Amino acid sequence: MSAIFGLIPLALSTDRVWWMPSNGALHGLAIDHLMWWNLAILSALFVLAHILLITALFRSRPLKLHHSDGQQEEESRDRGRKVADKLWKSELILLFALTLLYTWMAISAQRLWATIRYQGAAPQALQVEVTGEQFQWYFRYPGTDAAFGLTRPELINAPAGNPLGIDRTDPHSTDDIISSILVLPAGREVDLNLRSIDVIHGFFIPGMRLKQNAVPGMPMHIHFTPSIPGDYAILCSQVCGLGHARMQTHLRVVSNDEYLTWLASHAPKPIEGATR
Amino acid sequence: MRIQLQQTMQRHRGLFTTDHRTIGIRYLLLSLLAVAIGTVLSIFMRIHIVSPDLKLPLFGQIPPEGYLALVTMHGTLMVFFVLTTAPVNGFASLILPSQIGAQRMALPLLNAASFWLTSLSLTVLLAAFFVPGGAPISGWTNYPPLSAIAAAGPGQATGMDLWLVSIGIFCFASILSAVNMLTTIVSKRCEGMTLLRMPLTVWSWLVTGVLILFAFSILFAAVALLLSDRHLATGFFVPTGEVINGLLLDRANSHANGSPMLWLNLFWFFGHPEVYIAVLPSMGLTSSLLANFTRRPVFGYRFMVATTLLIGVFGLLVWGHHMFVSGMNPYAGTAFSLMTMAIAIPSSGKVLGWLAMLLRGRDSRVHPMPTPMLFTFGFLSFFIAGGLTGPILAQPILDAYLHNTYFVVAHFHLIMAMAGAFSLFAAVYYWFPLMTGRLMHETLGKWHFWLSLIGAYATFFPMHFAGLAGQPRHYAQLIGSTSTFLSSLLPLQTGITHSALFLASAQLLFLANLAWSARRGKPAGSNPWRATTLEWASDLTQCRVVRGPYEYNFQSNLSDFVMQCAAEPEQE
Repeated sequence: MSAIFGLIPLALSTDRVWWMPSNGALHGLAIDHLMWWNLAILSALFVLAHILLITALFRSRPLKLHHSDGQQEEESRDRGRKVADKLWKSELILLFALTLLYTWMAISAQRLWATIRYQGAAPQALQVEVTGEQFQWYFRYPGTDAAFGLTRPELINAPAGNPLGIDRTDPHSTDDIISSILVLPAGREVDLNLRSIDVIHGFFIPGMRLKQNAVPGMPMHIHFTPSIPGDYAILCSQVCGLGHARMQTHLRVVSNDEYLTWLASHAPKPIEGATR
Repeated sequence: MRIQLQQTMQRHRGLFTTDHRTIGIRYLLLSLLAVAIGTVLSIFMRIHIVSPDLKLPLFGQIPPEGYLALVTMHGTLMVFFVLTTAPVNGFASLILPSQIGAQRMALPLLNAASFWLTSLSLTVLLAAFFVPGGAPISGWTNYPPLSAIAAAGPGQATGMDLWLVSIGIFCFASILSAVNMLTTIVSKRCEGMTLLRMPLTVWSWLVTGVLILFAFSILFAAVALLLSDRHLATGFFVPTGEVINGLLLDRANSHANGSPMLWLNLFWFFGHPEVYIAVLPSMGLTSSLLANFTRRPVFGYRFMVATTLLIGVFGLLVWGHHMFVSGMNPYAGTAFSLMTMAIAIPSSGKVLGWLAMLLRGRDSRVHPMPTPMLFTFGFLSFFIAGGLTGPILAQPILDAYLHNTYFVVAHFHLIMAMAGAFSLFAAVYYWFPLMTGRLMHETLGKWHFWLSLIGAYATFFPMHFAGLAGQPRHYAQLIGSTSTFLSSLLPLQTGITHSALFLASAQLLFLANLAWSARRGKPAGSNPWRATTLEWASDLTQCRVVRGPYEYNFQSNLSDFVMQCAAEPEQE
């Protein structure tokens, strides 16, 4: 009951709570569409089944007494058999219909899954490395040389400014850009190289319909195309320790020009007189 | 004669009794304790989510790690000590032998041993609250490396060790109990109790027993491996280059090139059959109770047996659907998704069968709508509500959005927790006469049912919306840098907390009913529900089964039910 009271102010205050947050990814439309159909069909089945249940709950079913002669008894037994036969047939038909429904769900979902997940990103996709660490996400852009510098676990030292353990002796590392928010240009495919240095984290961008665990010792790739500029929440969806709920950041999808400006302003500047 | 009587007395009274009924009741009391603690923990969690500053009795103000400790302990208590212990060990000890016409379990001493091991396991688990660092914080699934390294968080040191030892003991106790159950079903059936004359509850326990042997031996191995990773410097689950709290793990002397994925596979190979271990006995009970309360045979008995077996077999092959976004090969995702869709078919078949039974049924002879029947309705409602979101979560592409959100919390609380609990309530109200010789109070029972039904839907149904909105589970508070996104869910979560408080308070009616009825309830007589199965037979010594388990209104010239062991059915 009180949940209903809780829902009233909610329905008034926000527009997005009954559904997923607005989608900003190219592949998201198909997922939203599929989700809508699935929920609609299954809700209808839920209502149908409950109509049956509630009917049965409030139906009075007086017992017929069986003091009857042989012929009547034979007739009633026949009738009973016919009813059971009909019920059995309709049960099988319904089960067959449900099987068809599940088959449709399996096939439609698998086709989408295959399109999105079976293949890797296109070679020209933007490369970004995502690192999960208790309780922070780091994003690394390869810089102008389009290659990431090497990382070594023994070099990880967050207080000294090297949370990812980047090997500074590797020339590829000099132009790497490290950020705590993810900035991406709209309309360009991005290939995320997902890794974790400590425990399993869940990389979740609800607005991009994207979720993939970051598993230590097992770097993984996931790709998508952000299509609508905006600010999207990035959350951790796998319990990772006491700060799990705080492990949040933002994805900012911007125009290509803004993206290039952002990159330029974040490019590491060589420190005068510094040596490797 | 006198010696015999004394022996009987001893068997019933002794602390280490081997009497199956006493052990069954003790299992149920253990579960009652666990469910009470688990419910209190869940209320603390619900309060913390919406008002984190509130000081709670016993706990004080809950820190974020305290919230995760509550989550872990709530899940562990409910899954292992309530949903496994009560329907499988509790009711199987209490009911199974008499339902197959046996006087005792095949291995009574083993039965007592498994009970005491389970109690020990519960004690070890609860001890985790009182050690430095407190209870573990990695959830009931305890994914490594979070669970493999003591430095990964508070509670991951001694608390985690205690969790692993407790679950290890629990696995061992469950395997012993399953061996006992299977041996009893295979060897102790009375004369004439052929396989196809067994009540569907017995079929469920048979399949459950087999699943336990598979699932719990794997979990036992996983727990042993994780303990060895923690203390013997092995590297089953910890990868090379693991850095915790900025410190590189020094595992130079060990083969530390393990993978957390191994734990996920082992754990879910246990974890998914576990769902069926919890729910199969409920399915059997539902069929039996529907037959009894609609005064009709089970509709499609062989079909029900076949679907139980199919669910058992498929149940062992779908564990990967918990791992679609874990980093598992996407092709494996397809395979597990198709298997999961396949398991929806026998489950739907069962539901259709039950609905058919309701449609052609008649009023119960005892009472138009007795409390156990109401709770069976509740089971059906939750099983349908939770079951229908199953096919959504089985589609990897949709699960990739919903995984680990409140949508999943809603799904399993409806299908496993609420359906399971309502079925357990049905079982308690139905079999209470076998425990105490008395019936439970009907009016109190009806209030308990309706308030619980409303409370449960108000608590768990809105969670679907939180999940669709993208709120991950295990979040101690709705704060952080994206707080506008999360805090819009606060009103919804507040409503859920109020409903959860309401639901938990409604259970006080049940406790009151138990306490009152055990002493003052209406005397039940020998067969209060006019049931056909043997647990209601007055004497099992000369038992000989001559007919199927559900002969209600089988022949119109006979009385409206015929017991399985009744040689000459009385004419009406």
